[in-house]
Amino acid sequence: MSKTNDRGGARIKQQIIPIVIVAVLFGLSFLTRTGSALRPSYYVVLFVSILNYIVLAVSWNIFSGPSGYISLSTAAFFGLGIYVSALLGEKLPVPLLMIVAGVISFAIAAIIGVITLRLRGVYFTIFTFGLVLLLQYFILWYEVKFNNLRGRTVMAVPYNTVFICLLILAGIVLIAAYYVKRSRFGMALTGIGECEDAAAHIGVNTTMVKVIAFAATSFAIGASGAAKATTMIYIDPPIAFNVMMSFMPVLMVIFGGAGSFLGPIIGAIVFTLLQEQLTTKWPKWYMIIFGVVMIISIVFLPKGLVGSFGEMVGKRKKLLLIAATAVFMVVGFIFTKLLAAAGTNIGGLVFPLLFGIIGFVIFANVLKRGKEAA
Amino acid sequence: MSIMEGTGVSISFGGLKAVSDVKFNVEEGEILGLIGPNGAGKSTFFNLLSGALTMDSGTVYFCGKKISGLKPNQICHLGLGRTFQAAKNFPGMVVYQNVMMGALFGKKGRSAAEAAKITDEVLDFVGLTELKDKNVTDIPLSAQKQLEVARALATRPKLLLLDEVMAGLNPTEVEDAMKLITRIRDSGITVIMIEHVMRAIMTICDRIIVLHHGAKIAEGTPDEISTSRTVIEIYLGES
Repeated sequence: MSKTNDRGGARIKQQIIPIVIVAVLFGLSFLTRTGSALRPSYYVVLFVSILNYIVLAVSWNIFSGPSGYISLSTAAFFGLGIYVSALLGEKLPVPLLMIVAGVISFAIAAIIGVITLRLRGVYFTIFTFGLVLLLQYFILWYEVKFNNLRGRTVMAVPYNTVFICLLILAGIVLIAAYYVKRSRFGMALTGIGECEDAAAHIGVNTTMVKVIAFAATSFAIGASGAAKATTMIYIDPPIAFNVMMSFMPVLMVIFGGAGSFLGPIIGAIVFTLLQEQLTTKWPKWYMIIFGVVMIISIVFLPKGLVGSFGEMVGKRKKLLLIAATAVFMVVGFIFTKLLAAAGTNIGGLVFPLLFGIIGFVIFANVLKRGKEAA
Repeated sequence: MSIMEGTGVSISFGGLKAVSDVKFNVEEGEILGLIGPNGAGKSTFFNLLSGALTMDSGTVYFCGKKISGLKPNQICHLGLGRTFQAAKNFPGMVVYQNVMMGALFGKKGRSAAEAAKITDEVLDFVGLTELKDKNVTDIPLSAQKQLEVARALATRPKLLLLDEVMAGLNPTEVEDAMKLITRIRDSGITVIMIEHVMRAIMTICDRIIVLHHGAKIAEGTPDEISTSRTVIEIYLGES
């Protein structure tokens, strides 16, 4: 009896999270009202970045998270999407550009997948990374040799349009991620990650599952590239196939917490904000600080923000951790104000974010140790 | 009636003939033992039958269908289950989920409810019901071996390949494993088992095949094998 009730409850809960996702994204769509087509508000510009990274991180995590096949090909499909927009931007509206880019990425990923997904472990990772460089240098060679040009301009599209398109794409990717994790397909991916031989011998078509997951997530990555490209104005192969786009989603997932639904989302939001704030406020220190944050999080939060949060036993410790992080962020905010009063204007969210991360790291470790002692 | 027939089954790794020109048949409803010294090619032979490796030459028919050249998942869907010598399980899942995986993917178009029912039945059959919520890393070796068998049984096979399920077990556990294998056979599943525990092999097998350097050197009932001159010289030794 209780078992049926549990299942009913689970079924209701299964519907709630997708509804929440849609509601939040719908709410965000009103941000377009804060600016006009020609003068978009800062929030819209910021959210274009955040949504873009959410799509990349969540897509990466759908395939590489459970299957353990660490792909560094994100930049390859993202770059393909950018080039689709550069070539067809004057002829097609953004949604169609995204679909074309998605289909091309899907097809190439499927072919690559059939050839390479028999490679295991680090060999697959290296190959996918090579793919980024291969496409980058091939397109550079082709453009210089046959078109006598190095880069291209991309037809600009109002930020509000790009924002809405990415909002819808992010919605699709998030809902897909949520359902895949709970589906038979998701279980097959997990089985492959935990023991591929065992999975194959109980009837999982491992090749098919891997290729479909790799190609479908590449669709979203390519589509995202096509949308983002319309805000870039000028692109060339090193910009379009920027290898950082391969590493950022991986780092975001690790930072946020691999294996959870919220981890990649939170990782993408925090990292994009941090990147945005550091590049505008402390451009010279950006990479150094970013690297330090990454090292600290890997050493002290190996399970990521969400994973470490989940390790807290009991509601009291969870609340304490959130409160501590909030207090640290407020201190960071006050610190920024004090600096501003003293004449050093390092405004924005740099200190609140960094202080918040430090607070979380300290308290997550202290509270965990408390558990071990008890 | 034979459920599986093979001729000329061979594979080489470089210059080493791991399995060479093996001809065999498996009768429906029997327990067939596969013995031989270490490195004789027994596990490789299993890998060929289950599709983990592709044979260089030879053909194998299973229930009248040619399975040589098929992939492991296709062979599994035709009704062949197997266990691995070194237990291969899903460490991130509990015992129940491990068995559930076999039930879910073992046959196409099986509903989740059906799979759950099969999982409960199989857990009960092998005696793992009490441990079903445990992490696989927390259960003893004997239970891990049972879990291997349970996951394979959950696919609902017609033929089961057991690769040293008694290795490392104490005498009581070996006794239990022997009873389990007999019950599996009695439930209508044909069994091929690789084993070094001679007492078990000689007691429960209907027939035995002996491999040495990849070739079949003897075949017969336990009595014939235990008195065969060649087998004694190569494998069993003088008593």
